[in-house]
Amino acid sequence: MVLSANDKTNVKNAFAKIGGQADDYGAETLERMFAAYPQTKTYFPHFDLSHGSGQIKAHGKKVAAALVEAVNHIDDIAGALSKLSDLHAQKLRVDPVNFKLLGHCFLVVVAIHQPSLLTPEVHASLDKFLCAVGNVLTAKYR
Amino acid sequence: MVHWSAEEKQLITSLWSKVNVEECGAEALARLLIVYPWTQRFFSSFGNLSSPTAIIGNPKVRAHGKKVLTSFGEAIKNLDNIKTTYSKLSELHCDKLHVDPENFRLLGDILIIVLASQFARDFTPACQFAWQKLVSVVAHALARKYH
Repeated sequence: MVLSANDKTNVKNAFAKIGGQADDYGAETLERMFAAYPQTKTYFPHFDLSHGSGQIKAHGKKVAAALVEAVNHIDDIAGALSKLSDLHAQKLRVDPVNFKLLGHCFLVVVAIHQPSLLTPEVHASLDKFLCAVGNVLTAKYR
Repeated sequence: MVHWSAEEKQLITSLWSKVNVEECGAEALARLLIVYPWTQRFFSSFGNLSSPTAIIGNPKVRAHGKKVLTSFGEAIKNLDNIKTTYSKLSELHCDKLHVDPENFRLLGDILIIVLASQFARDFTPACQFAWQKLVSVVAHALARKYH
């Protein structure tokens, strides 16, 4: 699975439109993931996962920042997220299936807040991008 | 047997009552074929699927999308009996259509995204939970008779 030039353009444009709301989208993505897939909460026993939690906001911001970083280095996502990849492989070891769940919830959030942005073509490009990010983060698992 | 809380049933049926089955079905199927192009393998008789525009405008895609989502409505009418409701359809998808059940999961998630774009904030996290559960149960029921 390769990101075409078109995909990269679609993703960059999408994130430009999302702009400063990325942090909020990150937090809502996490909140929805915890609500829709309760098993994902097992990775956060140390968190307050109630609605509006400061920890979810902070973590959502981190997730958003990583996505933005990947977008800004979309020709070399593996390079851009190398340290995060190490972290997930050595310390966090989040099961790979959960990156799909997170990606799906991110698309749901975009669909909710900017439905006109999420045309089928952009939907496809974003889905591919999120897959690519998940692949990078799990690349060093074994 | 799947247990549905009263709240889950309410979240599902109240949202469903506002869904335009034809439009929503057409969009969901079109997006499936666009976002996961390998799913086009099942629709070689549908004519022009060469681009997103072609897929969205394809009348066979629209018609089939409506058919699929109408069938989905049957599950919603029979929430306590989805396995039985889909028993024959499951056999059909295995024996005649030869569809990998993974495709049911893909379509379910696409449907969720289409609903989210339509209902926006009304598609609350609790609502999403109920619907994720529903699409999962439907996918499972459709795969149940595979052999």
